[in-house]
Amino acid sequence: MSAEGDILRFARGYRLQHDCVRTQWVIQAPEKAFVADPIAGEVLQLVDGQRSVGTIIDLLAEKFTAPRGVIAGDVLALVSDLTDRRVLVP
Amino acid sequence: MTAQTPPPPMSLLAELTHRCPLQCPYCSNPVALDPRAGELTADIWKRVFDEAAALGVLQVHFSGGEPMARPDLPELVAHASSLGLYTNLITSGVLMDKAALDALVAAGLDHVQLSFQDIDPESAEHIGGMKGAQSRKLRAADLMMADGIPLTLNFVIHRANAGRVPAMLAYAERLGVARVEIAHTQYYGWGLRNRAALLPTRVQLETVTREVEAARARLGHRLAIDYVTPDYYADQPKPCMGGWGRRFVNISPVGRVLPCHAAETIPNVAFPDIRDASLADIWNYAPLFTMFRGTAWMPEPCAGCALKEVDWGGCRCQALALAGDASATDPICARSPRHRDIGLILDDLPAEVPPFVYRRYGSAR
Ligand SMILES: C[S@@+](CC[C@H](N)C(=O)[O-])C[C@H]1O[C@@H](n2cnc3c(N)ncnc32)[C@H](O)[C@@H]1O
Ligand code: SF4
Ligand code: SF4
Repeated sequence: MSAEGDILRFARGYRLQHDCVRTQWVIQAPEKAFVADPIAGEVLQLVDGQRSVGTIIDLLAEKFTAPRGVIAGDVLALVSDLTDRRVLVP
Repeated sequence: MTAQTPPPPMSLLAELTHRCPLQCPYCSNPVALDPRAGELTADIWKRVFDEAAALGVLQVHFSGGEPMARPDLPELVAHASSLGLYTNLITSGVLMDKAALDALVAAGLDHVQLSFQDIDPESAEHIGGMKGAQSRKLRAADLMMADGIPLTLNFVIHRANAGRVPAMLAYAERLGVARVEIAHTQYYGWGLRNRAALLPTRVQLETVTREVEAARARLGHRLAIDYVTPDYYADQPKPCMGGWGRRFVNISPVGRVLPCHAAETIPNVAFPDIRDASLADIWNYAPLFTMFRGTAWMPEPCAGCALKEVDWGGCRCQALALAGDASATDPICARSPRHRDIGLILDDLPAEVPPFVYRRYGSAR
């Protein structure tokens, strides 16, 4: 389970990319590209190996003027899942 | 995008050459290989990548033959990479050394899939028909682990190596790769000729499946095991290529544009040439692509089947090979009137395994 203090980046071999033809975000991965839904796209654009998860939550709460607790739940669930699957690494 | 044009392809399989130092009896490449003299030049491949990226392709898989037999491979990887395409090298590893790897990494290569014929060196070199191949592959794997480039191991499984799957998985675990493919042989191209020697027994299949499941339960996310089951023991076909002309486009060494790399067996249709037309025109309109796209072409029992958009009627090349008709329901399907033929093939498995038939040396040159 990821925590707000974690600083994450994409593992080598994975990256977020905008698919201009289909106008969607995709995660490029070994042998397959996964569609990232628009919310995941917003979160993952901020994953840069420098910002903490907490900072990402702050930025999104501000951008979408949404309750921080709700955003935090979504972001932590997403990055925990991707960390388990080794797409994101500390 | 208009209503008439299909969604663009996700992936391009770029078969740079059919030349290969190995002679795997299971090789799915065509029986008649493309000659070196007709191979597309680097400039044409670069144009193909430009067009592919513009059309919506996200990943390029460099394959063959042995793609590392082309000295311009790093140049091609660099070009594809500069277009934002994800670059994957599918290789036997026998031509890999530190200098070659460094050049590929510098070119922006994203991932490598390294194939092994077996884990036992003697058996591996017997299968591949090349002395010294195994130690080169092991060294290639070590070089890539030291570099850190994401690596997937690939083992093609058949009667002669099915007993060593636990040792294959143990090697993958020891090496520390994130992914390994345990892929039962598919019977196309040269591999179809060796089917009687390659088909596993039902007991072998059940054992491998149990071993893979046990390893998955034990390893979890530490090692992702991609397990490809053998069609002949199945009752439902795989959605071959994710559906004809839906996700993948394959370009042969001499520039034929195909919906899958076995499609050159399909009779009575022209094979579009990338030197004569744009990738988009071929993908959207070439008869080879439209003939089995979607569901309109389907005969019964597929036409009335609830699963027709799940498996897309199975594999066209397999329907051709097994039922003699590329537009038939894949005989792997239990609903196919030809399904019992598969049972007969399995019942007829020789007790004494026949020797492998190798490609004639030099046939790819
Ligand atoms: C045709 S090979 C070309 C690349 C390279 N020569 C190699 O063997 O790794 C592409 C991939 O298909 C696999 N392959 C070849 N024949 C196959 C078959 N009949 N069934 C399943 N996989 C096969 C190989 O192991 C390899 O991973
Ligand atoms: S499967 Fe074997 S023979 Fe076929 S291209 Fe790959 S290494 Fe060569
Ligand atoms: S009948 Fe056709 S669509 Fe239905 S499961 Fe069989 S192959 Fe698939």
